[in-house]
Amino acid sequence: MTAMRKIIILGATSGIALEVQRLLAREGRELLLVARSSQRLAEVQADLAARGAHQVLTYSADLASIQQHAAIFEFARHTLPDFDTVLLAYGSMRDQKDSETSIDILLEELQVNFVSATAILTLFAADLERRRTGCLAAITSVAGDRGRRSNYLYGSSKGALSLFLQGLRSRLHPAGVRVITIKPGPVQTPMTDHMPNSARFADPMQVARDIVDALERRSPDVLYTPKIWRYIMTAVQQIPETIFKRLSF
Amino acid sequence: MSGQSAATLRKQSVAPPPTERALSWGRYPKTAHRHVHKPAWNDQVPEILGTAAPGSLLPYGLGRSYGDSCLNAGRELIDCRRLNRILGFDESTGMLRCESGVSLSDIIDVFLPKGWFLPVTPGTRFITVGGAIANDVHGKNHHCAATFGAHVCQIGLHRSNDGLVICNSQDNFDMLQATIGGLGLTGVIAWADIQLKRVAGPWIDAESIPFQSLSSFIDLSRESNDRFEYTVAWLDGFAGKHPRGIFFRANHSAERGKQFHPKRGPRLPFALPAWMLNRYSVRAFNTAYYKIHAARKGAAIVPYDSFFYPLDSIRQWNLLHGKQGFLQYQCVIPETNVEAVEELLDRVARSGMGSFLGVLKQFGSAPPAGMLSFPRPGLTIALDFAMRGERTLKLMQSLDEVVQQSGGALYPAKDARMSSAVFEASFPRWRAFVPYIDPKMSSSFWRRVTGAQ
Repeated sequence: MTAMRKIIILGATSGIALEVQRLLAREGRELLLVARSSQRLAEVQADLAARGAHQVLTYSADLASIQQHAAIFEFARHTLPDFDTVLLAYGSMRDQKDSETSIDILLEELQVNFVSATAILTLFAADLERRRTGCLAAITSVAGDRGRRSNYLYGSSKGALSLFLQGLRSRLHPAGVRVITIKPGPVQTPMTDHMPNSARFADPMQVARDIVDALERRSPDVLYTPKIWRYIMTAVQQIPETIFKRLSF
Repeated sequence: MSGQSAATLRKQSVAPPPTERALSWGRYPKTAHRHVHKPAWNDQVPEILGTAAPGSLLPYGLGRSYGDSCLNAGRELIDCRRLNRILGFDESTGMLRCESGVSLSDIIDVFLPKGWFLPVTPGTRFITVGGAIANDVHGKNHHCAATFGAHVCQIGLHRSNDGLVICNSQDNFDMLQATIGGLGLTGVIAWADIQLKRVAGPWIDAESIPFQSLSSFIDLSRESNDRFEYTVAWLDGFAGKHPRGIFFRANHSAERGKQFHPKRGPRLPFALPAWMLNRYSVRAFNTAYYKIHAARKGAAIVPYDSFFYPLDSIRQWNLLHGKQGFLQYQCVIPETNVEAVEELLDRVARSGMGSFLGVLKQFGSAPPAGMLSFPRPGLTIALDFAMRGERTLKLMQSLDEVVQQSGGALYPAKDARMSSAVFEASFPRWRAFVPYIDPKMSSSFWRRVTGAQ
């Protein structure tokens, strides 16, 4: 695999992205970080520079807002024209119950996790396809493998993104552009702090290591992390719907 | 997303399940917290402070304080471990600015390859910068470098009532002195400027010398403190009045060419059954340790981590003492009172509850960096005891008598049981510290020793 040198991270202040970026910094990579808060970006930029990143560029924008995508893309093309990897790492998990009574919340969730994600990936995909190189990766979730009573809005938005990536992978394959679907199990990040048993969730550092491994080596198209989730989800998918619909988890 | 989870956090602090367990290193006492806040960014801290009830919060780091000074039973903690960013480093001066949740281990990993080391380090690298400041920790170089707090030039401190307060030698110097050794009670440290120290590389020129009495330890210490940056002794906790031990003295080595590969040691997976550490096994361990080191006496070049952090090589070594946990006893006794040290060791030996690890060090005479700093001129001894209920506590009370009569002091970071009287005798300035406490902060330790609500 040609080395991953110049990486764009969409959602650079998310819990998993922070750890991925530290690993990449240690390898002396060049990074372009996109996230909403310019202050947080500045803190992360300082941290990664101290930890050995070759160069850290930042761009402050709201990725959920498609109107801002063109500007993000233009900035990337000008400041890091030969970028070779794009990692989409942002997402939102609102309370399932709230979305059952508020269509606004439901639509916002789809906008963040699916609509805006497909829009920005499409922009970057065209560029990599034209250059016939590189790698697109996006963090979806094991929750997207099966709709569950307690979390099906988040699950379906991530599951839809996984399907989108599947098609994109096939489209970009002839151009030699890799597309990696990253499906983490529950991870200890700010997004999951409120969930019961969150102390037992995976260490974001371990998940980050798996992600960087997948980006840097030829690896499965779909990465489950921690690895055990590949087997868990295989089993979960075997449960017949007539039984599954009665399960409350 | 972060905004969302902040809202959820607020929701939870209204109807709290009192189940969030956080432990200190001694695994005693066992406490439950109403809620543990986990801010990922400094910009989230003011809201946590603003919405909390008075006396409900305490910053928490890596939980390496041994007793209850890092706990806030029945109330809330602010887990600072996600505030772990390096914010700046001046390559020419070695001045580091980092957030309070950065660990000393992290600082070493990033800066030792560039030729910089911690100005002061305790016996573990797994503590946060915030914890190092809050306990004003010391190390084997106390006699020439004083405490960690002496190398903290400036801090940004989140206060619930007046926002982010910048404290340095010009502005709010009293608040800086209160925060150094202030047990986390003065607010949440947002960031700190720490002066790192130039070193040639990761190697240490170390020498070990066996000794058979306290007076020979003191002689060794006096003679070595001018020539060696690091001095410390290991002590056989069963030896009584005439303790044998191994004296270690060392300097950073000028050696830099050798390849260096840090090793990750084994991990103790669960608490050992209590019977495994008994008077016989502990005595055997102490004897073996003495014999091995006495046989290997002399000078050697060793990697920094095996010199500074021998116990870090067994992760979770605290589980050695079993499910009930253990207590550490660290005191300082004025040097004019060597008999008190002998008396203390004698009481330990006679109790039959000898310590697994005994450490002895002569502190230097540098003035304290903080209002409640523990180190002061004298001999400091650290011993640990498996928690075996009342008889362990009784032994420690009897040690308290010796320390108090000698005019000594106990170390809050290691304590889970000292009385108010012992605390007041150890820290006569504590009432002057009280006005600096942030009204939203409290801790199990503080309530226990001062009777605060």
